[in-house]
Amino acid sequence: MNLIYLILPIALLIAAGFVFAFVWATRQGQFDDMDTPSMRILGEDDEIDVGPAKKVESNSPGTTD
Amino acid sequence: MSKLSRPQIKSIEVSCDHCNLPVPSGLIEPEAELQFCCAGCKAVWQAIHGSGLGNYYRLRASQGVDGTKVRLTGRGYVEFDDPSFEELHVEELDDGTKRTVFLLEGVHCAACVWLIEKFPSIHAGVLEARLDFGRRTAEVRWQPEQAKLSAIAHGLDRLGYPPHPFRGGEDEKQRRLEVRGQLIRIGVAGALAMNCMLLAFALYGGWFHGMDAKFRDFFRWISFGLALLSVVWPGRVFMRGAAAALRTRTAHMDLPIAIGLLAGLLGGAWNTYTGQGEVYFESVTTLVFLLLAGRFLQQRQQRRAYDALAMLYSLTPGNARLMDGDQIREVPVTSLQCGNLLEIRSGDSVPADGVLRTGKGSFDLSLLTGESKPVRLKVGDRVHAGTVSCSDRVVMEVERTGAETRLGRLMQLVERHSNRAAPIVHLADQWSGWFVMTVLVLAVANYFFWLQTSSALALEYTMALLIVACPCALGLATPLAVAAAVGRAAQNGILVKGGDVVERLSHPGILLLDKTGTLTRGEISVVDFAGPKRAKSRIAALESHSSHPYAKALMDAFGAAERNITDSTAGSDGGDSHVDTREEIQGSGMRGVIDGQLCLLGSMRFMNEQQQHLPAELKHAVEQFLDRALTPILYAEDGLVIAVAGLGDALREDAKESLQQLKASGWEIGILSGDHPRIVAAIAKELGLQASQCHGAVAPEEKLQWIHKHQSDPNRPVVMVGDGVNDAAALAAAGVGVAVQGGAEASLAAADVFLARPGLKPLVELIQGSSRTVTVIKGNLLLSLGYNTLGVILAMGGMLSPALAAILMPVSSLTVISTSYRARTFRAAE
Repeated sequence: MNLIYLILPIALLIAAGFVFAFVWATRQGQFDDMDTPSMRILGEDDEIDVGPAKKVESNSPGTTD
Repeated sequence: MSKLSRPQIKSIEVSCDHCNLPVPSGLIEPEAELQFCCAGCKAVWQAIHGSGLGNYYRLRASQGVDGTKVRLTGRGYVEFDDPSFEELHVEELDDGTKRTVFLLEGVHCAACVWLIEKFPSIHAGVLEARLDFGRRTAEVRWQPEQAKLSAIAHGLDRLGYPPHPFRGGEDEKQRRLEVRGQLIRIGVAGALAMNCMLLAFALYGGWFHGMDAKFRDFFRWISFGLALLSVVWPGRVFMRGAAAALRTRTAHMDLPIAIGLLAGLLGGAWNTYTGQGEVYFESVTTLVFLLLAGRFLQQRQQRRAYDALAMLYSLTPGNARLMDGDQIREVPVTSLQCGNLLEIRSGDSVPADGVLRTGKGSFDLSLLTGESKPVRLKVGDRVHAGTVSCSDRVVMEVERTGAETRLGRLMQLVERHSNRAAPIVHLADQWSGWFVMTVLVLAVANYFFWLQTSSALALEYTMALLIVACPCALGLATPLAVAAAVGRAAQNGILVKGGDVVERLSHPGILLLDKTGTLTRGEISVVDFAGPKRAKSRIAALESHSSHPYAKALMDAFGAAERNITDSTAGSDGGDSHVDTREEIQGSGMRGVIDGQLCLLGSMRFMNEQQQHLPAELKHAVEQFLDRALTPILYAEDGLVIAVAGLGDALREDAKESLQQLKASGWEIGILSGDHPRIVAAIAKELGLQASQCHGAVAPEEKLQWIHKHQSDPNRPVVMVGDGVNDAAALAAAGVGVAVQGGAEASLAAADVFLARPGLKPLVELIQGSSRTVTVIKGNLLLSLGYNTLGVILAMGGMLSPALAAILMPVSSLTVISTSYRARTFRAAE
């Protein structure tokens, strides 16, 4: 049971690590926009049935040499 | 002789393939596979499909949302390539790419996010486009060698999202930091509360099964450390609020919270130090966390309002075309001076107030006056900032700029009225103020009462009282119920900016509606048509080169018919129309020769002048159109009128039903419109409203006066529903301002509520949902008050230990949370 004197501070240190990770992420702006990411995920996996998208301006290089 | 079709009274429901709104009957093309309600929608549909992004429609359908009517500007955005623009809005990154932030009009659902973020795949040179849905801004990064910013802006415009340079500025940065600070506080408070709770469970265990005093004290000291951190870091905001309340001598919610927190912390610390009694650290930390989270939800609404204001500033034109001798330069509006000559091209919005110097043309004044039909102006007439030129290039001389213009003064009115102090004291604040005073008085009385028995008991029972009477549930009741209701409303396409709106809409009052764009669709279109189909293509052929606004409506309606006919019946009789001559008779109509036949198009008066015969059947149709406040445009061939088109601003389908529903629940309904009184009267009659409540020809400033006039009775809220900048001041001044879908996005800034779905049905849902929400709030307040009263009585009777109080305290909060989220406040109106 005396082990608790060691384990509890370690547990709190780990928790502190996560708190600082959260503070860092927030300061980086990770939580600035909380609406769009949930919508972004909706459209991500249907690339296959769309087929290759056409470009408005063709940027395929011609035989320039 | 062609057969005459009967005039259509009610159209069959055909919805536009882009925006899903009903297609006006005059525009339906029976043969065509795809139907569009306007040229804009058609162009966007083609642009989206042409780029292989047809998935947009599937994604949108899966979301269950309809599109919005497209506003295609077709602008070239050349000013975006100007070095002065670059300096202001474009940032050059280290890798040679450039970055800017646009504010986009027309963003409304998840499919828009997909479409805009797919933009790099259809536009060469664009590397990345990230949309922030809540703020409607898109961050675009591009390769300057491969793409010009003007081309990028035009590309976005073609998809139906006209871009504007974003002018958020310093304010925006400041707010963002503030939000981050709040989030960090919530996160830290949450982590501390959870860890404290873990330790508390160990202590509870020890309470029942026994625990060595040394371990108990160790756990208590650690808990104390966590609670201390929670109170001095995230909980600091309550201390500050309480200190402010003490200074101003008002009973603020923060005061009992701060007292409760400090009492819990210090009492627990004393008991920890002496090694006896109970500790309350887990309640202290949980309280800090829950209260911070509740406040964050509440302030979310206020942040939305700020975003809308930032949008308003970005939408006003930033540039003007200054004529300097023979040269024309793009200059920022702020540098304009009195006497400057400006060139206004077709489709441009006028950047300043002034006088027309050369050229004449029609101006769309709807932004300012709400008039649905463009007005013809000639040299010497006054033009106002914010109006849009519909015809060819004109030159104007500047008289007033910026805040001095009529638009500027209207905007100032908006701002002033948006900042007004809320006349209604919140129900919860009122209640909790009294509650706080009562609890404090009782606590003191309780202490002195038990002091006669024992000082230790007095402290313990008073602490139990303070903890169990903590107005946590009381404080959460209103913001939670409102946040839940507002969230649910947003899912139904009703965006509410502030919780007080819900409170104000909960009992019936006076509802004033704008006509153009609110009760009606807001643009001239062919509402009805009587005559053979062949006539449509001829009308389109006659009007194809005219810039008159009626011509535009006719072309929008019949332009497709023109192509369909020539395509499908080429070679046969009446096919390939060949226009021999075509002339515009100023102010009357058109005269032309098509396939050798003399064709005339114009008003009744013009037909009479030209002595064209009007058959009885069509005469009947004309009279019917006039009764419905439509403008009849007649078409004649070889001396005989064969078709009539009724032009006007069509009433929204659900208007009548919705208004009757509201009337039945006790609302008084009126119309305030800038449009001609005769048109307003016709609409009022059609909607079954009292003529005395419906007023036409009301200037924006007069709308404000009407609002003030009706505001005499505080128990009857004045609700203004409108769509344009001309309503903005009235929207801001009214008890509740509601902006409807399809209107100027600028009106968003002034309004308290924005209906993101077309029509007036959402308005009915809003009002019904509001009264249900207030019922839930009152229920919550009664529940938590009753709970706290019971707790106080038990504590004063000495039947409650602080530990039991600390366990019971969160139960009331949990009850309030579950009733708030369970209540079905907003649902689709039946």
